[in-house]
Amino acid sequence: MSKKVLLSANEAVAYAAAKAGCTVASAYPGTPSTEILEYIAKFKDTINCEWAVNEKVAMEVAIGGSIAGARSLTAMKHVGLNVALDPLMTYSYVGTNGALVIIICDDPGMHSSQNEQDSRNLVKFARAVLFEPADSQETFDMVQEAFEVSERFLVPVFVRLTTRTSHTSTIVDIGDDYAPRKAERKPYVKDIKHYVQVPMFARPARIKAEERTRALRAYGCETPFNRIEMADTRLGIITAGITYQYVKEVFPEFSVLKLGFSNPLSSELIKQFAAKVEKVLIVEELDPVLEDQIRALGVTIIEHQTELNMMEVNPMRLMALRKEVLGDIEISTPKRADAGLPTRPPVLCSGCSHRGVFYMLAKLGATVAGDIGCYTLGAFPPLNAMDTTICMGACIGNVFGMEKAGLPGRKCAVIGDSTFFHSGLTGILNVLYNGGKVSTIVLDNRITGMTGHQENPGSGKTLSGDDAPVTDIAEVAKGMGFKRVVRVDAYDLKALEQVLTEALDAAEPSVIIAYGPCRLAAKLMNAGTFAVDSAKCKACGGCFKLGCPAIERGEAVADGRRFKAQIDPVQCSGCNLCTQVCKFGAISKI
Amino acid sequence: MKTVNVSLVGVGGQGILLTSDILAKTAALAGLDVKKSEVHGMAQRGGSVISQVRFGDKVYSPIISDGASDLLVSFERLEALRWRHLLAPVSQVLINDMNMTPVTVSSGQQAAVADLSERLSAEYPGALYIDALTVAKNLGNTRAMNMVVAGAISKLMPFELAVWEQAMKERIPANLLDMNIKAFEAGRQLLPAS
Repeated sequence: MSKKVLLSANEAVAYAAAKAGCTVASAYPGTPSTEILEYIAKFKDTINCEWAVNEKVAMEVAIGGSIAGARSLTAMKHVGLNVALDPLMTYSYVGTNGALVIIICDDPGMHSSQNEQDSRNLVKFARAVLFEPADSQETFDMVQEAFEVSERFLVPVFVRLTTRTSHTSTIVDIGDDYAPRKAERKPYVKDIKHYVQVPMFARPARIKAEERTRALRAYGCETPFNRIEMADTRLGIITAGITYQYVKEVFPEFSVLKLGFSNPLSSELIKQFAAKVEKVLIVEELDPVLEDQIRALGVTIIEHQTELNMMEVNPMRLMALRKEVLGDIEISTPKRADAGLPTRPPVLCSGCSHRGVFYMLAKLGATVAGDIGCYTLGAFPPLNAMDTTICMGACIGNVFGMEKAGLPGRKCAVIGDSTFFHSGLTGILNVLYNGGKVSTIVLDNRITGMTGHQENPGSGKTLSGDDAPVTDIAEVAKGMGFKRVVRVDAYDLKALEQVLTEALDAAEPSVIIAYGPCRLAAKLMNAGTFAVDSAKCKACGGCFKLGCPAIERGEAVADGRRFKAQIDPVQCSGCNLCTQVCKFGAISKI
Repeated sequence: MKTVNVSLVGVGGQGILLTSDILAKTAALAGLDVKKSEVHGMAQRGGSVISQVRFGDKVYSPIISDGASDLLVSFERLEALRWRHLLAPVSQVLINDMNMTPVTVSSGQQAAVADLSERLSAEYPGALYIDALTVAKNLGNTRAMNMVVAGAISKLMPFELAVWEQAMKERIPANLLDMNIKAFEAGRQLLPAS
């Protein structure tokens, strides 16, 4: 019997993992994958789940669970896999004991990411298995099958979602007998030839991995997740994942080979399908991963000029493709009305504890190596207080490299608390060890902010809501050997100016902890309201430099060249920064 | 039935995602296939937000193509203009009569739209306007503004009131349910029966 529920694919992963008897789950937050572990935490009675400090550790914990015989899962965004790749590459050769399932969430179109890498390349690189669901129902079904395949073929299995599938809710039949399953752990047998990958054991493992790939290609020909939908044979479309939905919408009358199991590619199935249709068209999102492999099989595919290998695919782009390759549709251009509209980019919240630090760094004229988090927004006007953002934890090595290169002037790294725990620890140790003088400023708001307030080693709670030890960043730095370690109130501009000036000008390395809990997470958005006394305001524009969304342009003076300030009482969260910036005492609490 | 496309747009923090959740759940409870798609992350508070709901006998793409929305619901006036291209030639527009100044304007980096009312009238001559914020204020909870909008949406959708209420019951925590249902009922009063 059926029981239908509306689930996002992220939610469907959790339902499937619990049903499949997953017992170990570890991940680090990252859009669009974050909610997967939050939903898994709802099954904490059967799944031992956690926020890991980074994706590499999450992968290692899941691998450990797999070695011990438990069904294990990790989830991460595409760039997280770069961090986690090292343990994966070797464990793929080792092969699994208990299942290892990896949910990888790509972000075509970079809705919330620093690059657009296509994880399918890395899955292939790792000789692992890939399922690509096109909706939440398939996610529910494929994740369960992923656990089975991982244990049947002794291989790590990926399930690839994208931002669109992760954050789309569709109807899932979970069955009216749905229940989480408490699975038996497979026995663990000590076997150094298997689990200790030194060269003499790695060589036979390498050969076994190739044999496994052959067996998996055969599985790909029989699994129902690879499906041929025969219709009009003048055109046959090969597609995988979310693009299947767009194909069904834009090319509804033609034959389709839908690859739900797309790595290793089932060559025979491709050839069979190609033989049944007049022409073959490949529709995939991002890199030509299928296209290159299918071309290498000797299958002739339709060449076209319509760009599909970057940015998110959608039905409109496939309509352009259809117009080019079939020429049987016209595309109308819808009327637009957004010309000249002011943009509405994301901004640091009113009262954000990062704002004062960036205001001060801009004032000090520092070169600032930044990092990944809400605070990346400090790069934009009017704060303009960040020079670089590369990847998680990169800021510290980056600024030290600038110092080594002889870049003059004040320099510092700025990193959030969660990012610091993720990959800042090794960076500051390297600065200290190698005699660097740069400052590292940790914006310590006691939460993982940008992904929606996840707990971390500084927040005192775990994913399951249990109490955890609170790691004191200042003590960590002192323990490493830093002499200049200062904790400063992120809302006290005078103290910030003094501490930052001294640290940036010092002839020794430093770690500065700018402390101020995230006001959204701490529910401090209504801590009071400030107002501008219009009589005292000289329209100097000083407070506008804070870039606070609550401070608005008011009355125009000097023939409209300058504006007095006014504060939107709805948006003001009472942080008190603007009163410190105003030289005329025009702002006060009401 | 033919697939119905609804685009809900506005500003992060206005409760758009909950509103689209309720609409999607209602369609699902009514026995239809449904897809609800949204993009969030990257500190969207204060940024432009869009959520799309499609329902019908069988829905494939979660993305609504440009020029294909049967209903555009804008929680804010400026955002209604920004998403004009989503609208189908024959369609309905529901605008919450509220202005939220973008920080790009309040900080003086970009110019405000001086003739916003005129441009809205020109683009959407048949638009329905509601003042959901005032209604929510009068009920004593501005945060329930989204459910006032949801109530108005319900008058434009082919679902029974009982199904909407079931969807709200399943989605909204019990201690907040009464308040939200009151707001929803008040929203229904803002539009005449379709």
